[in-house]
Amino acid sequence: MDDKIIEIRNVNKSYSDKPVVKNLSLTIKRGEFVTLLGPSGCGKTTTLRMIAGFEQPTSGTILFNGADITTLPPHKRNINTVFQRYALFPHLNVFNNIAFGLKMKLIPDGEPVTDKKGNRVQKMRHLTKVEISDKVNNALRMVDLEDYGHRSVNSLSGGQMQRVAIARALVNEPQVLLLDEPLGALDLKMRKDMQLELMQMHKQLGITFVYVTHDQEEALTMSDTIVVMKDGEIQQIGTPTKVYDEPANAFVADFIGESNILSGTMVKDFCVDISGHKFECVDSGFKHDEPIDVIIRPEDIHIVSLTDKQCLVEADVLTCVFKGDHYQVTALTYGEERNELIIHDNVEVNAGDKIGLYIKPFDFHIMHKSRLINTIDGEMYEENVVEFCDGRFECVSNLPEGTKVRVSVDFDDVELTDDEEDGIIGATIISTIYKGSYWQCIVRTDTYYDFFVDSDYEWSINDRVGIKIAPDKLIVEEVKDEEEV
Amino acid sequence: MKKKFKFRFSRKALAYPYMLFLLLFVVVPLVIILINAFLGDDGGLTLANFAEFFSDAGGGLTVLGNSLIIGAVTTLICLVIGYPCAYLLAKYHASSKVFVLLFILPMWVNFLIRTLSTKAIFMAIGVKLGMGTVLFGMVYNYLPYMILPLHTTLVSIDHSYIEAAEDLGADKLTVLRKTIIPLSMPGIVSGITMTFIPAISTFAISEILSSSKIFLFGDAINMHFSKTTNSFGVGSVMSLVMLVLVIVANVITSLTSKDEEVSSVL
Repeated sequence: MDDKIIEIRNVNKSYSDKPVVKNLSLTIKRGEFVTLLGPSGCGKTTTLRMIAGFEQPTSGTILFNGADITTLPPHKRNINTVFQRYALFPHLNVFNNIAFGLKMKLIPDGEPVTDKKGNRVQKMRHLTKVEISDKVNNALRMVDLEDYGHRSVNSLSGGQMQRVAIARALVNEPQVLLLDEPLGALDLKMRKDMQLELMQMHKQLGITFVYVTHDQEEALTMSDTIVVMKDGEIQQIGTPTKVYDEPANAFVADFIGESNILSGTMVKDFCVDISGHKFECVDSGFKHDEPIDVIIRPEDIHIVSLTDKQCLVEADVLTCVFKGDHYQVTALTYGEERNELIIHDNVEVNAGDKIGLYIKPFDFHIMHKSRLINTIDGEMYEENVVEFCDGRFECVSNLPEGTKVRVSVDFDDVELTDDEEDGIIGATIISTIYKGSYWQCIVRTDTYYDFFVDSDYEWSINDRVGIKIAPDKLIVEEVKDEEEV
Repeated sequence: MKKKFKFRFSRKALAYPYMLFLLLFVVVPLVIILINAFLGDDGGLTLANFAEFFSDAGGGLTVLGNSLIIGAVTTLICLVIGYPCAYLLAKYHASSKVFVLLFILPMWVNFLIRTLSTKAIFMAIGVKLGMGTVLFGMVYNYLPYMILPLHTTLVSIDHSYIEAAEDLGADKLTVLRKTIIPLSMPGIVSGITMTFIPAISTFAISEILSSSKIFLFGDAINMHFSKTTNSFGVGSVMSLVMLVLVIVANVITSLTSKDEEVSSVL
């Protein structure tokens, strides 16, 4: 049998023209535990709801066991869902909640018979009361709630409701179980227990689990495969180890686990330059002097003494906090630019100490920068004024009015203002990533252009800011019409 | 301390006008009715009024029976028409505010004027006045009282219950039967109460729309208190019977909705 159970092909979904899921393609293997992971609003729940059938894609297809189910209503899909807020029926007791699906189920009755016209006919029947009660009791036993059948669902605790919701879905023996942030409402300890129990159930039942969460730790613990999503797009698909150790880009690195993300350049193969220090690494195939992002996990940085031969770079300790199984140290490195690093090590140091740092070559994770400079298409409004993103910016250019131009501006030449009114155009902070000595923000204008901005301050996500650019920092080039043709 | 006491006093005092109003226009009339019910023609204490009503000498019991039947039929028709209306209004929530208004709009016109104009329309198109027209008038008048509580409950049903039912294999009809209707039970109960109680005590509608042929409990009470008959005693007994019916209906409602309340919290 084909081992693909669900195939999502080029699925798009938008609500009143606002895209939520963009050209998403994903294959889920039979028996796999797949987690859709991402910050809120990344389209993970929408994707799940499209698999369940509550939402229909704007375009694209969803295959289930090879058959197109894109427009099939939810009740005809052999897929069950555990809802975020459980959605247990308040008018039914625990037993009847779990029996809800069974009471409607039709099963083959006896062998197919040949009717008078010669067609093979399969008689169907409902489950008997005894069969239903057996199945419900088995399901209750599976979630450790044997004696709760007669209880009203409103008398249950959050964890118990969660178990009933899982039992209610699993009792129908679905081929795929969808779980929409099922542990979100539970306290930490309960959540850890349920994580283990869910993994156990997955192993025992062997059915496919599709799990949605924004909790990276949950995803790393439970999944066979993690699908990291952001802004409706898949950032990376891989096993937990792969996603953690080899993040595909700075977003994934920042979202999954703690990490130090620094800017550097590839001097040559196997050699990276960060703030004037050259380090040996294991990556190759980059262009000569290509600017890159370097990711170093805090636990991969080792504190050594200054005199140690291994010492690669010196740093000043800023803070040292005991975290139970390790010390979390923040240190400021020496170099052309001083970078702040987070270090997890089991050596205690004191603030103000000068320490040496050692990092193994394969712990430098080197990635292409997703963008080197902001380029936007615009038009000359008049001489020395260019219009783009619905704003008019002063610039140094004598191109005549109406000329189509391409505007380029460096990340650190974009100035963000606290007050939206102070900027030429308004925009929203989409993400911020700390890069050792500055914050790299992605700022989305109202015309949906994303500016990359290097800033000395941390901005809060979803804050409104103004954007200003100094006239001499705008590089304006004419776009030749031939290019467009 | 003194200040606090003063503040408390002033807050309480705000309720006094209403308590006075309640006393004058609710408690006192009730007491008068109670006294009247036990007063004979000669002004002495008697149970004759009760005897007269319950022996059905003046046809009082028959009228009560008719009223209960017509009230029940009206309520049933209102429910049958009102539920789909309320359901559709709740389903297409975004554009429904105008429609809800359309259903309430007739309530802004005085019910006597509404009933009289209904009668005029029936006469104009040549419909014979009788039980049919009375029922029409009753349904027309009480339908909004059915739709409003139903609409409120249906709108507040969490959509995830419907999705959960679909997810578990219920088609549209089963979702309605096994999820939406049970979950809207509180609305159904309060809709029934809000229609049935005024429907059994209604007056004028039946009189106007049947050319005084059909006589309901409300009309009977009205008649007993009119100057021509002047039988306040029997009228008071009938009012008390009505009061008991209302109390019984309310107790039933609160009993059923108490069950529902617990479950409708979540």
